[in-house]
Amino acid sequence: MTIKRRTFLKGSIAAGAFYASGFPHVWIKDHSQAYAADGEIKVGVLFSLTGTTGIIEESLNKATLLAIEEINDAGGINGMKIVPVVEDPASDPATFAEKARKLVLGDRCVSVFGSYTSASRKAVLPVFEKRKNLYWYPTLYEGRECSKNVIYTGAVPNQQQDEFVPWLFEKFGKRWYLIGSNYIYPKEENNYCKKLLAELGGEVVNEEYVPLGHSEFSSVINKFRNEKPDVIFSTVVGDSVVALHRQYRAAGLDPETMPMASLTTSENEVAAMGGDAAAGHFTSAPYFMVWESPENEAFVRAYRDRWGQDKVTHFVSEPSYFQVYMFKQAVEKLAPSDIAPDNIREAVKGVELTAPQGQVRLDPATLHTFLWPKIGVCKSDGQFEILKQSNEWLEPVPYKAYPNQVCTENGLSEV
Amino acid sequence: MDAVLPQLITGLSIASILLLVALGLAIIYGTTGVINLAHGEFVMLGAYSAWMLQTVIGLGLLESLVIIFLMVALLGWLVERGVIRHLYKRPLDTILATWGIGVIAQQAIRLTAGGELRYVEMPSLLAGSVPIFGVETSLFRVFILVLAAALFGLTWYLMYRTDIGMKLRAITQNREMASCFGINSRRIYSLTFAYGAGLAGLAGALVSPLKSVSPEMGTTYVIDAFMVVVLGGVESLIGTIVSSAILGQLTGFLAFYSNDTMAKAVTLLAIVILIRFRPQGLFSKKVRA
Repeated sequence: MTIKRRTFLKGSIAAGAFYASGFPHVWIKDHSQAYAADGEIKVGVLFSLTGTTGIIEESLNKATLLAIEEINDAGGINGMKIVPVVEDPASDPATFAEKARKLVLGDRCVSVFGSYTSASRKAVLPVFEKRKNLYWYPTLYEGRECSKNVIYTGAVPNQQQDEFVPWLFEKFGKRWYLIGSNYIYPKEENNYCKKLLAELGGEVVNEEYVPLGHSEFSSVINKFRNEKPDVIFSTVVGDSVVALHRQYRAAGLDPETMPMASLTTSENEVAAMGGDAAAGHFTSAPYFMVWESPENEAFVRAYRDRWGQDKVTHFVSEPSYFQVYMFKQAVEKLAPSDIAPDNIREAVKGVELTAPQGQVRLDPATLHTFLWPKIGVCKSDGQFEILKQSNEWLEPVPYKAYPNQVCTENGLSEV
Repeated sequence: MDAVLPQLITGLSIASILLLVALGLAIIYGTTGVINLAHGEFVMLGAYSAWMLQTVIGLGLLESLVIIFLMVALLGWLVERGVIRHLYKRPLDTILATWGIGVIAQQAIRLTAGGELRYVEMPSLLAGSVPIFGVETSLFRVFILVLAAALFGLTWYLMYRTDIGMKLRAITQNREMASCFGINSRRIYSLTFAYGAGLAGLAGALVSPLKSVSPEMGTTYVIDAFMVVVLGGVESLIGTIVSSAILGQLTGFLAFYSNDTMAKAVTLLAIVILIRFRPQGLFSKKVRA
């Protein structure tokens, strides 16, 4: 009896696959080489679950898996299920490249969602460009990249700073102190910040970088005291940001007169340093957990129901979530036999959807995303209060600090 | 000129944290000769003990200090009894063994407490700041300075004014000979190791309100501690305090007049040059061998 049922099932699945894949394509293309087979679409999920950035990347992994589960529960993409292949690259760029190769060549994933750090993105880039696959990158980053094999759904410098810098300048004053961790991201953000400040007539009293993982800020705090800047513009990352905030507070400095303005302090960092140390400082980002919209309420509820009531969502986990829906919208436009990385890239151009942060759109020229910058002030309960939202979505301009370079649909062009 | 005084105080504060972290290592390394690469993890365990006592039992940092010292000291004692004592005759193997213990401690914390960054609440009594010669200074940093000095004094007293200290110094000079005179060297070594570990745990607990608490935090501290011990000279308590002061002031001033990246590089370079010409460190005891 069971054998009969199994053979029957097998037969019907085969027949279903035959009809679903469309008559002519079955004969034109080698079926075993198709990306979508047996009603399944394989995608890679490449976030570190261990190592130094394991904690933050785990939240991106969870947001991605949540979106995939939601889509599958709602019937999948044109009846096909998304099958995630999860790999743990252990916070190591070389392992990222190795796992990316495995996902693209071994598992034949049609797209991979992954990476938090720029170093890991740069490490996998050659794999995706050589194999003409597609990488979906959710993190805010320094810009200056124009790959046709990456979909960028996080903010670039102009999207975080265009509203933020003039607002701080207006509210607090023109003498700025730029401090960051010593690597590419803070330097690029500061390049753009200095440009904006020069236009406004501001003054940079000091620009300095501390080693990654640095935790002794007493000399830096003495310099704050001496220079008395109006704004401390911070792109310090990781555990350093915790030490900086806690020592700033212990030294008795006052956010009312000398606030820190950050591009990297999310709900996640605030939880690590305690609300007291973060209270009164500002952050610019397209998404805050407290943002009031039906989409965000649904996202936060679903995330907590799935992964635990004490979990927070933040400005990198939100793009990790909505980019899977962008992937869905793109794949929906394609016939099953046409599902391939190149076609998905073409189909995702101009895709719009209502994300938790608001209506977002994928820019066809740069493959970056139109986002809604917001300015938040941190409160002692560890959440932000949103003070200002942009009136319109903001265009991503990955080469904004470099006016002679433009990212176009055909790649980078020098003007 | 008005920048010099605050910077001197800052340098002292950095020095006191260095001293606190290095003191335990100096004692263990100086007396038993064990290169304890798990020292940073004892610091980390101290910080996590403070965090645990605070979140689970609701005990403030000041009230937990003694408990933390005892907890980490007990752990140090167990490590010495279980592993280190078998390796006194193979000093190079202790490097690998203690490094392995460090990795185990890191992963154990990651598995039980989780890998998230943590913080410890500053005691409200010490949250403010006081003027010292007209310079606003964090009260908590003053507290660390005082406590570091007190612990140094206590250690010096234990080493040079007590029976145990005298036996310890005898063993350090010649273990076999000391044993012949009836000194139980095993027991003394266990106690020393436990005391050193306990000091490291205290250091971790004390820095935890200022810095972030994570399973990997020990790595930076063990480097700092070795820098202090190497510069000051092994077997010399005075060397430890002097080299902490030099390193604290040097990094403080360099960070102020240049930046922290530069300060780190220049300090390391200075130490490399120094040990090229004076491998025994600044202070070394003349021992008739």
